[in-house]
Amino acid sequence: MGLLGFELTVALRFLREGRMQTALIVGGASVGVAVIYFITAVLVGVQADLIRRVTGSQPHIVLKAPDETVAPLLGSRADAARIASVQARPQRLVTLDGWPVIARQIETTPGVTAVAAVASGAALAIKGDATRSIVLVGTDMDRYQRVVRLDDKLTQGVLRLEASDALMGIELAKDLGAVLGDRFRVQSGEGTSEVFQIRGLLDLGTRELNRRYVYVNLRPAQSLLNITGRVTNIDAAIDNIMRAEQVAAKLRASTGQQIESWIQTNQQVFTAIGNQNIMTLLIRSFVTVVVALGIASVLVVSVVQKRKEIGILRAVGTTRGQMMRVFLWQGAMVGAAGALLGTAFGLVLISVFSRILRSEKGVPLFTMAFDAGLTGIVFAVAVVLGVIAAVLPARNAARLDPAQAIRG
Amino acid sequence: MAMNPAAAPLVALDAVRKTYNAGLPSEQEVLHGLDLRINAGEFAALIGPSGSGKSTLLNIIGLLEGGSGGVYRLAGRDVTQLDDDARTQARHATLGFIFQFHHLLPAFSTLENVMLPALIGGEVMDKKSRDRAAWLLDAVGLKDAHHKKPTELSGGMQQRVAIARALVRSPQLVLADEPTGNLDTHSSDTIFELMRQFNREQGTAFLVVTHDPRLAARCDRIIELVDGSIAGDRANTPKLN
Repeated sequence: MGLLGFELTVALRFLREGRMQTALIVGGASVGVAVIYFITAVLVGVQADLIRRVTGSQPHIVLKAPDETVAPLLGSRADAARIASVQARPQRLVTLDGWPVIARQIETTPGVTAVAAVASGAALAIKGDATRSIVLVGTDMDRYQRVVRLDDKLTQGVLRLEASDALMGIELAKDLGAVLGDRFRVQSGEGTSEVFQIRGLLDLGTRELNRRYVYVNLRPAQSLLNITGRVTNIDAAIDNIMRAEQVAAKLRASTGQQIESWIQTNQQVFTAIGNQNIMTLLIRSFVTVVVALGIASVLVVSVVQKRKEIGILRAVGTTRGQMMRVFLWQGAMVGAAGALLGTAFGLVLISVFSRILRSEKGVPLFTMAFDAGLTGIVFAVAVVLGVIAAVLPARNAARLDPAQAIRG
Repeated sequence: MAMNPAAAPLVALDAVRKTYNAGLPSEQEVLHGLDLRINAGEFAALIGPSGSGKSTLLNIIGLLEGGSGGVYRLAGRDVTQLDDDARTQARHATLGFIFQFHHLLPAFSTLENVMLPALIGGEVMDKKSRDRAAWLLDAVGLKDAHHKKPTELSGGMQQRVAIARALVRSPQLVLADEPTGNLDTHSSDTIFELMRQFNREQGTAFLVVTHDPRLAARCDRIIELVDGSIAGDRANTPKLN
């Protein structure tokens, strides 16, 4: 005794003396902390999974030339006649002028990690008697692979797009009755056609994509779509996908082109993620409040139980401030102990549940990772929370009238 | 007029009153304008029937509660209007307490209990206060109990620890509220003898509240409180055992 200073020493002794009570209150705090870790892990896992599914086969950001529109105004005079009904014009393939400059501009924008130019349009795939309408995507595979990962979607063959190579969705291959290595013809709306060889089959996640997508080299795609030397859009990947909107806005301002982020094209998913975040925040807040109330109530009881001891301490010269700090320290230590134990408990929970929550095939339903970055924050919050929870009991202890407390 | 603290009485109460529940129908005045002087080195008994205000008076002298009127000077300093912190410090600096039910802290060892008052003042690393605590425990006959918990000691032994604790910071006055109230005759005698011994050897003044006329008869002065007023205050020649 002595090295720690008076208040901390007394606080420690009080906690040690109150064994069962201390165990319960620390246990409660640990469970709360563990639940917070667990919920965070589940949330992060589920969201990462959802986002991976959504963005797995589409770029984070797509840049297109502005849609062509029909101007409904005749002239600019105020008395100018207006055309009562305006029919939207059918969209031609709109290409980006000077795309290499724009691509470089996007590439150097902070947050953007990869850029790929794409020439894409509708076409027909023909093999023997089978004809299917497809989305033809012409690009440079090395670059595109960095924007949208295709390697993990490859079920057969290789990821290679040289002169007449093609990758296609597995459903389309089935529809065409084609297997790896087969040749097929692609015919565009412009009337031209070209023969490609299937180098790889892709599982893009949904039936619709698997039934429609064909990837080829940029150059043959350009000539098929009759836009030689030009592209229809530039796809980009960014480092923090939750900031896609901000990056898109920046690009919109700097390029003047039409920019779509994955958030825009998947507004519902994004809203769902936002709602999840709010719910989790609510649950975490409630857990935090419950833990704080638990600590406070146990300490309030402890003050009542220790009336006489507090009276003695006051009588032999403990000031109100010191008495208060004795209980604030207890709150802080309960918070700290709860954070440490809760972290360990949370780790156990996460590892157990990531083993339990698996599909029939034994694949984890979602990845649950222990967020190590959270430990520091949790520890700090727990200690501060413990102190806050101890304020009321500490004030009770400080206000105790020593004469009355000693009398009984 | 500046007063010389050395010449001033240790405790000087002038017209001290104490009213409980002031302003309520249950208002009750328990002390009616007391004048009392206690000098350094005295050994006085405070006697009186239950409800006469002995404990209240002791609490006021001990700065555990404030009076409702009058002036209290402790060691020459007016302490009537002090705030709680200043009162606590004055108590810590000047006074020691022995309560009827020894009131040791069960979470601390015997030696630690004795050292508590020193610890509070931040005299943590002071080897002198530790030595004094150990010396006091030896002096009250608990040489072998330094590291025992209070619950392992008998009632009489616990009260001896309380005496050691009251004396650890060498207070000028020790206030003892029925210090032998729940002890058998033999333990009572031991406790009382210890207090007298410290009074003799250290010059510590004692004010002992007691019901026991036998103990009062062994004090140098007997103050009698009846219905909140001092009914008698006389010097006494202690009978030797």
